[in-house]
Amino acid sequence: MTAAVPAMTAPVPARTAPVLEVRGLSKHFGGVQANADIELAVAAREIHALIGPNGAGKTTLVAQLAGMLAPDTGSIAFEGRQIQALAAHQRVRAGLARSFQITSIFRRFSVLENLALAVQARSGTSLSFWRPRHEDTAIFEEARELAQDVGLADREEELAGALAHGEQRQLEVGLALATCPRLLLLDEPMAGLGPEESERMIALLAALKGQIAMLLVEHDMDAVFRLADRISVLVAGRIIATGTPQAIRADAAVRAAYLGDAESAQSGPRSR
Amino acid sequence: MNQRSLAIAGIVALALLPPALQALDQVFYIGFAARILIYAMAASSLNLILGNGGMLSFGHAAFIGAGAYTVGILAAEGVGSAWVAWPLAIVCAAAAALVIGAISLRTRGVYFIMITLAFAQMVYYILVSMKAYGGDDGLNLGSRSAVGFGLDLKDEFTWYYTCLALLAVVLYLLNRMTAARFGRALEAIRENETRMEAIGFATYRHKLVAFVIAGAIAGLAGALLANQSSFVSPKLMHWTQSGTLMVMVIIGGVGHRYGGLVGALVLLGLEELIAEFTLYSQLGVGMVLLGIVLFAPQGIAGLFQRSATRPLP
Repeated sequence: MTAAVPAMTAPVPARTAPVLEVRGLSKHFGGVQANADIELAVAAREIHALIGPNGAGKTTLVAQLAGMLAPDTGSIAFEGRQIQALAAHQRVRAGLARSFQITSIFRRFSVLENLALAVQARSGTSLSFWRPRHEDTAIFEEARELAQDVGLADREEELAGALAHGEQRQLEVGLALATCPRLLLLDEPMAGLGPEESERMIALLAALKGQIAMLLVEHDMDAVFRLADRISVLVAGRIIATGTPQAIRADAAVRAAYLGDAESAQSGPRSR
Repeated sequence: MNQRSLAIAGIVALALLPPALQALDQVFYIGFAARILIYAMAASSLNLILGNGGMLSFGHAAFIGAGAYTVGILAAEGVGSAWVAWPLAIVCAAAAALVIGAISLRTRGVYFIMITLAFAQMVYYILVSMKAYGGDDGLNLGSRSAVGFGLDLKDEFTWYYTCLALLAVVLYLLNRMTAARFGRALEAIRENETRMEAIGFATYRHKLVAFVIAGAIAGLAGALLANQSSFVSPKLMHWTQSGTLMVMVIIGGVGHRYGGLVGALVLLGLEELIAEFTLYSQLGVGMVLLGIVLFAPQGIAGLFQRSATRPLP
């Protein structure tokens, strides 16, 4: 039943320098070790999935990579450059964008306005006090293209808060895409999506595959195995395995810790 | 354009007010009207950060005080030229806003309210203790600032039109600013600051710039207020003054481009009107405020126009 991953136009580059290289990253909250000695490398243009049970520390890891949470120890290199000292917005400008597990959009602005803001952020200064913004047609043109890309072309004028949940998730990814990232941190893009909406999201990510590297945090195993080039498994704050989907599927430790349940749930009749 | 004709109509009406008052033999009210214009300027500056930027600053009176005392102290030292004193008032207030904002904007929510209030109170007590410049008793300017060109600000008509012209310029600049990239970024920070950071905006820097601009305008309003009564005292920056400005913004319309103007007009007008009939004018004002918060959360200006947060056409 699972459709094959669309044939990749370009093979994932073999062992070129990774876009993202995380070394010895640890974070604890009080007595809880959220991330312990994380080692992770995302290769250029690959989709690297990060899976693990609830509470494994996936969102904590994403927050640290995005610069919204400071790690206790460890280093993060993006395109060979150490980025721990950079603030969240500086990392975005460097080419590392994120989406949120809990939808974070400008609910009272239109879809077009949401995307235009993200385009504005990277094109020229926003300390512009005189020229009316609606004359700034370039940012709205780009925003229209982005709306097209994420499948919201016919919803441009709608207030973001009035969109259906699935459309809001598309906008969420659209906002991250609008920053022109070279690495996209996607925190559960399928969260709360129905089967059709999930299909649309998978198609959207598959279309981006090969252009932008992605670290895909996801619970939807169907999506993960269809999209990912490699998978890392995070359990109780530690990465217990990294490898190709086939290798992960076969990994005994992973099966024991996590995947067995998800696999059987997937191959059995859909209960939910 | 509708928006433009509304602005022109408003300016014409305000410009016709003094002759109208003179015809009605109510020249006394020209000074009162000038006072409203000055408060409108101060409230509009607060509306930039409170309404557009979502920063609940409870210390805005500090910048009014900084501007007023710049004029007062310069006058005491023998500098009476408006061309020197007023720009300096703006610069001093902006500098105060830069320092206070740089520290306060590191906090959020209720902490931001409290820290801005604390700073304003600090400024208040510093000036209370400055005996050389009147301390608690305040400082007499002797006369209004000199502008030259054969104009005398002591003339109530000249004074009124000076205030009106400056208010018009300030409102024009604010409107220009809020319709530009900066204004949209500021509103978006109010809507969702985390997301703004996540699309690459330096949100702290943008908020600080807005805070300094608001402080600078409040400084000009302070300079005018010092001239209005030819007197400055620490009362100008008492925390209740910050509260009054907030009430004006809420009555007028939080985030509405004319919220500050409408709020100052309604609140000061109402106080004056109710004071005619009763000693308990604050009670009446309180009731009106209650009614507005309950039935017109967008403020009075918001009743006539869609919210400023609506997307651009």
